[in-house]
Amino acid sequence: MNLRLTLLTAGRVLRQIRGDHRTVALMIVVPCVLIGLLAWIFNATPFVFDHIGPALLGVFPFVVMFIVTSVATLRERTSGTLERLLTTRIGKGDFMAGYALAFGFMAVVQALVATGFAVWVCGLDVAGPIWLLVVVAVADAVLGTALGLLASGFARTEFQAVQFMPAFVLPQFLLCGLLVARDALPDVLRWVSDALPLSYAVDAMKTITATSDALGDVGKDLVVIVGWIALALVLGSLTLRRRTP
Amino acid sequence: MVNNSYAVEVDHLRVTRGGRLVIPDLSVRIPTGQVVGLLGPSGGGKSTFIRAVVGVQVVESGTVTVLGEPAGSQGLRHRVGYVTQSPSVYADLTVADNVRYFGRIAGVDEAAVQEAIALVDLPSHATARVENLSGGQHSRASLACALVGRPDLLVLDEPTVGLDPVLRRDLWNLFGRLAAAGTSLLVSSHVMDEATRCDRLLLMREGEFLADTTPAQLLAETGAPDAEAAFLALIDRAASTAARSGGAGGSAA
Ligand SMILES: Nc1ncnc2c1ncn2[C@@H]1O[C@H](COP(=O)(O)OP(=O)(O)OP(=O)(O)O)[C@@H](O)[C@H]1O
Ligand SMILES: [Mg+2]
Repeated sequence: MNLRLTLLTAGRVLRQIRGDHRTVALMIVVPCVLIGLLAWIFNATPFVFDHIGPALLGVFPFVVMFIVTSVATLRERTSGTLERLLTTRIGKGDFMAGYALAFGFMAVVQALVATGFAVWVCGLDVAGPIWLLVVVAVADAVLGTALGLLASGFARTEFQAVQFMPAFVLPQFLLCGLLVARDALPDVLRWVSDALPLSYAVDAMKTITATSDALGDVGKDLVVIVGWIALALVLGSLTLRRRTP
Repeated sequence: MVNNSYAVEVDHLRVTRGGRLVIPDLSVRIPTGQVVGLLGPSGGGKSTFIRAVVGVQVVESGTVTVLGEPAGSQGLRHRVGYVTQSPSVYADLTVADNVRYFGRIAGVDEAAVQEAIALVDLPSHATARVENLSGGQHSRASLACALVGRPDLLVLDEPTVGLDPVLRRDLWNLFGRLAAAGTSLLVSSHVMDEATRCDRLLLMREGEFLADTTPAQLLAETGAPDAEAAFLALIDRAASTAARSGGAGGSAA
């Protein structure tokens, strides 16, 4: 891996995103709209919003980044630019890290805006520190990016890439403890839930909601999430083939 | 085996794609500092051969040596420029941003970026997004991204498709100038009259080279008035040879 080539690639990806106003809007505005909608739905019962708002603050960026990244890298594969890039000095690691860095940057912007909107506009009230909310949201978004990079390796068309969203994301969403507390799941499902990264994201968000001294527990969740990010990036770079049939 | 007078050395290359034997057994030497044309009908295996040379094609057996190193090896990455058959540039970036990205990867400065854009005659569209360009401009933007790194070997898959005669002439003149300056070029095309612009010709059909020759020799040997007629004569000759030897075979030359 080469830092200069990684940064060049991240810069190029960001330049592409910047030129695409609709995608920027999708990334920044959609989570805010959804959180606003949620606050409105629970207008009469603000404690419910305080309870699930933070968890969704972790889920939305994950989903949005998953879709955007998997389609962007698939486009790179089908347009021939990836084949060409891999004949240059760019390594597979530079390519993956470049994408992760670029979308990680977008994730920071997205998390700041969405968290700010949730706290100051929708009146979300959490016991833990708000900056930790942002850190977890960024980690979730980068997780979405890393899994999106991995998923795009298994998609041949953009239709398939979009279909991977429900396949990769919905099971995690159902099992992450948002609908049913994870302790209350049947054993087998709880084990599955224990292995899935989104569960830790939602756990971390719940901890921040409930306790003021959340750093220790959230730290452990973050370690698992970061481990998953690294794993997905490594597996994803294995799906990149310099030589193809 | 290392011989620096060859840009590309291929020995008994065999490639299967999607269950189909595309290149049965191919051996060839391509000299440096020349424009070598790779011509032949559609589906004949030109792109497959080119992909093997730049090291992105899974090959079944055989060796491909480029500038003294195995095709696709790390040391060749900045020495080989590759243009895929369908233009592979970022449609949502401007021409300049595309060329700059590939230029920076190769480690060249801004002057080289502007020079590459000028070489393909796109300065007037440098700040236009590629998706807003015509087909020919699109492929020229793709070419500029390969030129910008000043590689020792340029491998171009049908760079002149869809271009008007004036642009085609200008590009072939450019290829000639690059070769005169020491660059080796492997350029595929299925426009036969472009054969006369090459220093050497490889005529490819069904994964085999019908001829590895110079334009003058080709005309002299076949007695044909132009490259197209010469090529058709060679195809007819190959077909009748195959028919005489029993038809079905024809796998290896
Ligand atoms: N992606 C692919 N998967 C499987 N088989 C392929 C693929 N691309 C090409 N082929 C096969 O390889 C053969 C040679 O194709 P190739 O692209 O090398 O031809 P070509 O000479 O470049 O043709 P053209 O002038 O039309 O570009 C084709 O007959 C096709 O059957
Ligand atoms: Mg071709």
